[in-house]
Amino acid sequence: MKHLRGIPELGVEGIVRILNLADHMVEVNRRPVPKVPALVGRTVVSLFFEDSTRTRISFETAAKRLSADIMTFSVSTSSVNKGESLRDTIETVSAMGVAAFIVRHKTSGVPWQVSQWTDASIINAGDGWHQHPTQALLDCHTIRTELGRPATEDCLAGLRIAIVGDVRHSRVARSDIQAFTALGARVVVVAPRTLLPPEVHTWPVEVTSDLDSVVADVDVVYMLRMQRERMSEALVPDLGEYSNRFGLDHARAARLRDECLVMHPGPMNRGVEMLVDPADLRRSVVTRQVSNGVAVRMAVLFDVLGDTNPEVAS
Amino acid sequence: MNAREVNTLNIVGGRVIDPTTDADGRLVDIHVVDGRIAVIVEAGGALPSADSVLDASNAVVSPGFVDLHTHLREPGREESETIETGSRAAALGGFTAVVAMPNTDPAQDSRAVVEFVREQGRRAGLCEVVPSGCITVGRAGEQLVPYAELMKSGVTLFTDDGNGVQDPLLMRRAFEYSSDLGVTMAQHCEVSRLTAGAVMHEGSCCSHLGLPGWPSIAEELMVHRDIELVRITGGRLHVLHVSTARSVEMIRAAKADGLSVTAEVTPHHFTLDDESLRSFDPVFKVNPPLRTMADIEALKAGLRDGTIDAIATDHAPHADHLKEQPLDTAPPGMLGLETAFALSVGELGMDLRSVLACLSWNPARIAGIADRHGRPVAVGEPANLAVLDPGVGWTVDRRRLASKSRNTPYEGRSVTGRVRHTVLNGRAVVIDQVAQR
Ligand SMILES: [Zn+2]
Ligand SMILES: [Zn+2]
Repeated sequence: MKHLRGIPELGVEGIVRILNLADHMVEVNRRPVPKVPALVGRTVVSLFFEDSTRTRISFETAAKRLSADIMTFSVSTSSVNKGESLRDTIETVSAMGVAAFIVRHKTSGVPWQVSQWTDASIINAGDGWHQHPTQALLDCHTIRTELGRPATEDCLAGLRIAIVGDVRHSRVARSDIQAFTALGARVVVVAPRTLLPPEVHTWPVEVTSDLDSVVADVDVVYMLRMQRERMSEALVPDLGEYSNRFGLDHARAARLRDECLVMHPGPMNRGVEMLVDPADLRRSVVTRQVSNGVAVRMAVLFDVLGDTNPEVAS
Repeated sequence: MNAREVNTLNIVGGRVIDPTTDADGRLVDIHVVDGRIAVIVEAGGALPSADSVLDASNAVVSPGFVDLHTHLREPGREESETIETGSRAAALGGFTAVVAMPNTDPAQDSRAVVEFVREQGRRAGLCEVVPSGCITVGRAGEQLVPYAELMKSGVTLFTDDGNGVQDPLLMRRAFEYSSDLGVTMAQHCEVSRLTAGAVMHEGSCCSHLGLPGWPSIAEELMVHRDIELVRITGGRLHVLHVSTARSVEMIRAAKADGLSVTAEVTPHHFTLDDESLRSFDPVFKVNPPLRTMADIEALKAGLRDGTIDAIATDHAPHADHLKEQPLDTAPPGMLGLETAFALSVGELGMDLRSVLACLSWNPARIAGIADRHGRPVAVGEPANLAVLDPGVGWTVDRRRLASKSRNTPYEGRSVTGRVRHTVLNGRAVVIDQVAQR
């Protein structure tokens, strides 16, 4: 695979391939020295136009465990703020001999634009409200491993997954919905109309604004982060009303099935969408998502850049 | 030493289609003296000799086109276009007059700037540049421009294009105050509170791409407001770049009520839809945005039944480095002058005469220049003409366009309909697709 820009172009075969590789990377990460020389001599540049220390560190850890050279292109000290076009920036950095760019940008589509201007591979670390494919892959990996299912094309079949909150502005929701449904799950999105995307009827999901009607009847509850700036856009009346209708509180948590997984992409807004301590939940897998993130990103980097067997041992 | 130079030009073998002919036109030879048509004979008849001769065989001779909506960028944004380069693109596109939009820097809200734009156009000598004036000072939406003062510089079309006038009180006053001046208020219809940060049409495509949407209602609310303001004020409204089906319906109803409302549509709004944004290429970012196939069908129907009077380009050049940015920061707009005829004749399914009406004599009337553009091809008339090959195909190549910028959304597209020659005030400014200055 040349790029990982979005779930649709990865396809179900690609998803399964990454999930299988991720199993192997989990095993690598359990070793006393969790490092393999798979990408020795390959240079990876993380190009984060939007700050996200968590995602950047997850990618950088993954790259180091595969022995790649990882460099951070810090936007604040670069020339992108000095009237240089995005294209100029990419062409300049590419000229230094880069095998892959890990791109994060607040605007949808930037990874596709960037890939026109460089021969390097592009890994999307989140673009606008559009895609966050490694998040979707680590979410799929987390669900199926928690349920003990092998990495197959229908490994989420029979599951009903609720995605709760600001779907409209969420790249996580867009990528997750595509990945979950590709692997056979049914998805129900739970949000007020103002936080649903336009023409949501064209999405392969059920829609409701009644969280209480679904909590007892799903296999996974996926809580999205509610950003406070949405208040100023009149998308919800106030945070209290939002929490009352769409927050995971004790009453709702008590009605979850015993085996229901609770997930969140982080960072969590306690007291807004999460009114319970995840540690108090029977099956919160929020920290598991974070640790799986490294293995899945190793799998992605290897899939994009590796030309040898990941077994190449130290 | 010389006697006053007399310019003569013959245009031979062409089929004339103008406001007075039927759709088939008539085959004639034309003799032009000093900017005016002096003799017309049946093709092959005896014609006085001339300094130069344009071959119009197998071609159509039409009144030159008039673009109601051209961004020439000068003064202020000369890196993207100048009045000279934009005029050259216009001439190559068959236009003998273009209305220069006022969102320059400084804006066209004073006689000094308006006169500058007109004079730069005269100096370029490739088409008549007709400056529009702002509706409000600095296009800031706060204070009316002295319309009667700008009329002394020949301005008859006022617009804040780029912005719609948001304040309903101010717009009411603009219509009222101008209602007995005989000028037209041309509105860029966009309620900006509904389009903050918008990149593309709000619909299923934008939903999947995760881009901020520009909802149709933001245009329609202002179309509705202004139609109702015209109803109570007696003002005159021209709706710029109509893009939605519902806007077309409202304009149709307003015309049926006898209101002074006219409208234009751009070629890109009837040839491209919001799916183009799937490429994430900012060349497809334009304001108002590319809409849906249903809107395209409604726009075409509006052109066919006369609800929409004119095809206007909204030619909006942007230098490469401005467009090679993320979609939210890239400026909206696309080139249009050099592709307008081909897209109109090739993709509307309308007869040629109706297309020419929308490109020439209808917009000439709206622009207030019908005394010299969009005229019948007849003895005594000013020779502002386009010679056209409606059936000849060509391929759009951004590097070969005359505009200083290259942001055409039609790169590589095969189109049908070409401009052979353009005649401005009796001088051939384009001969065989080559600009003469
Ligand atoms: Zn406009
Ligand atoms: Zn415009």
